[in-house]
Amino acid sequence: MATNTRSLDKVTLLDWYRQIVLIRQFENRCDELYHEKKITGVYLHLYSGHEAVGVGAVAALGEGDHVLTGYRDHGIALARGVDAKPLMAEMMGKRTGVSGGKGGSMHLASRAHNFWGGYAIVAGHLSLATGIAFKERYMGTENVVLCLMGDGATNNGYFHESLNLSAVWNLPVVWLIENNFIGMGTRIEDSSGQPELVKRAVAYGMKQGPRVDGQNVIEVHEAISEAVAYARKKGPVLVEALTYRYKGHGVSDKQYDAREDLKRELDDWQAHKDPINILKNQLLAGFDGIEAELAKIDTEVHEIVEESVRYAEASPVPTYEDLIRHIYVE
Amino acid sequence: MTEKNVPMREALRAALIEEMERDETVFVMGEEVGSWQGTHRVTRGLLEMFGERRVKDTPISELVIAGAAVGAAMAGLRPVAEIMTINFAFLSIDAIINHAAKVHYMFNGQFKVPLVIRAASGWGNQATATHSHTPEPIFAHFPGLYVACPSNAYDAKGMLKTAIRDDNPVLFTESIALYSKPSLIPDDEYLIPVGKSDVKRQGEHVTLVSYARGVEWSLEAAAMLAKEGIEAEVVDLRWLRPLDLEPVFESFKKTNRCVVVEESLPHFSFGSEIAAQLQEAAFDYMDAPIKRVSAMDVPLPYAKEIELMALPNAQKVVDAVKEIVY
Ligand SMILES: Cc1ncc(C[n+]2csc(CCOP(=O)(O)OP(=O)(O)O)c2C)c(N)n1
Repeated sequence: MATNTRSLDKVTLLDWYRQIVLIRQFENRCDELYHEKKITGVYLHLYSGHEAVGVGAVAALGEGDHVLTGYRDHGIALARGVDAKPLMAEMMGKRTGVSGGKGGSMHLASRAHNFWGGYAIVAGHLSLATGIAFKERYMGTENVVLCLMGDGATNNGYFHESLNLSAVWNLPVVWLIENNFIGMGTRIEDSSGQPELVKRAVAYGMKQGPRVDGQNVIEVHEAISEAVAYARKKGPVLVEALTYRYKGHGVSDKQYDAREDLKRELDDWQAHKDPINILKNQLLAGFDGIEAELAKIDTEVHEIVEESVRYAEASPVPTYEDLIRHIYVE
Repeated sequence: MTEKNVPMREALRAALIEEMERDETVFVMGEEVGSWQGTHRVTRGLLEMFGERRVKDTPISELVIAGAAVGAAMAGLRPVAEIMTINFAFLSIDAIINHAAKVHYMFNGQFKVPLVIRAASGWGNQATATHSHTPEPIFAHFPGLYVACPSNAYDAKGMLKTAIRDDNPVLFTESIALYSKPSLIPDDEYLIPVGKSDVKRQGEHVTLVSYARGVEWSLEAAAMLAKEGIEAEVVDLRWLRPLDLEPVFESFKKTNRCVVVEESLPHFSFGSEIAAQLQEAAFDYMDAPIKRVSAMDVPLPYAKEIELMALPNAQKVVDAVKEIVY
């Protein structure tokens, strides 16, 4: 698959670079804030390492298309263009958060962006994706649904039922597995009879898409663009992106401190397969004198993230009225 | 007899080890129970001690975790299946309710299901709406299934050992908030019988009825009330099925007042059940309405300020007692 930059314009590539760096910096800041106890609670699953998957895939969608994902959702929200400020406010449980402080890190959503949410029950959202896609078919439109999931989600009953239904009803869904080779601590070879997950498409009689390098945003984008075009006209596609999580399962995951083998694996990915470095090298090779522009983006992004923190810290907390509101439609 | 202070997670772990050593048919299965050492560290070290034959990591497949455990139990093994948190047991519920709880009856006693499903339960710590359930009463709705809900490390150990030895399926819930709390545990083996409640504190003015984490709030409230001269009796039901209400009736005949304390939701609840049975059994002894303290009737939000508003606590128990003790 082509990984050169020639066919893509500089503005697009720089935009992806900006998004990837934004996600990385946003997640690093969340990590710090958690350790400073400004973000609290038990769950905070960072997208660091996966950035190119979300950015490349979401960039293949049009405005009318839809996206949903699991609980590792910060990066998808940012890639879909949700403002960092209400996202950071949600992390801190503030009233100005995207979910009003009621959803938290695992349950971000922005209806205005057709970002239908992060969902914390592994694989549960796959079934919702089929329903959202059904509505598009029902209305005779051509919008598609991009549904991201972890490798672990593929072994849940929801996966089987949802993929099969999408094939039977010929629904416009791009199923995208972010395969980081591990659930919480169980490796994919120990949890999947067929660890090449994309092959499962065959069993459902749906189009088998590629197994792409999830660290290369250009490759991800190309694969998902093709898949989206197919889903729009024909039906569901299964795609797998190979990636790696940099910050463990969640912020309380200490296994990288304890396990030499995992630590080595992580170091290797960071040194050789980092999505920021890969894109940066592609840009440097493709466009003369681009260093200054990249440095400028890094600085701008830093300011966006800091502004989001200031906004979140200054925001009010939810009230009793918020606690009892939205249980039912008023 | 020597005894040691042991946190609940270690007490549960000891129960698993003792039962696995005693009976070769006992095995452990579930998500991350092996090489990850257990999400709540209850199965820490078991893989190293007992090997892969008896400590089985599973995929994230709650329906088949429960269903495979039911089948293995029908076939004569004694599975202890872990559902990482009870929130995910909603994905197992068909295997638990339609199979574990039914096959003995439905096939006229030909099969038995000596199964334990362990699940961490409870809320606090901003786990949010999908990850904060305490649905023990839902499971207790169905005949054919036992439901065990220990309130401390000592009970947890004795109850888990009994649950493993019993020939009936048991849903065994473990309050996440209690995992780190210790009790004195004797070195010698002990068992706590199925379906036996326990009076955790004596008192003559009001009866507090609870289970699991609610017992902690009740005891705390009793200590606060004692300073004002109100002596509360605290009955820990320990098992929602079989439900042993005799000590509650006994206590109520003495105090004539009752507050039911639970972590779960109020609608169609544990509290509703206890209140109903109590008024039937001891109507003539009732001096005041039976009060219920529970979680607020809301899904759980993330922001801690409003999450705390919805959570029951000892002060809410004290307030409820004061409404009926005058
Ligand atoms: C139904 C269900 N079971 C278990 C869990 C607990 N859990 C949360 S994340 C996770 C691992 C998921 O791994 P994967 O799908 O590979 O996603 P990744 O974390 O690698 O992005 C588990 C077991 C859950 N949230 N929902």
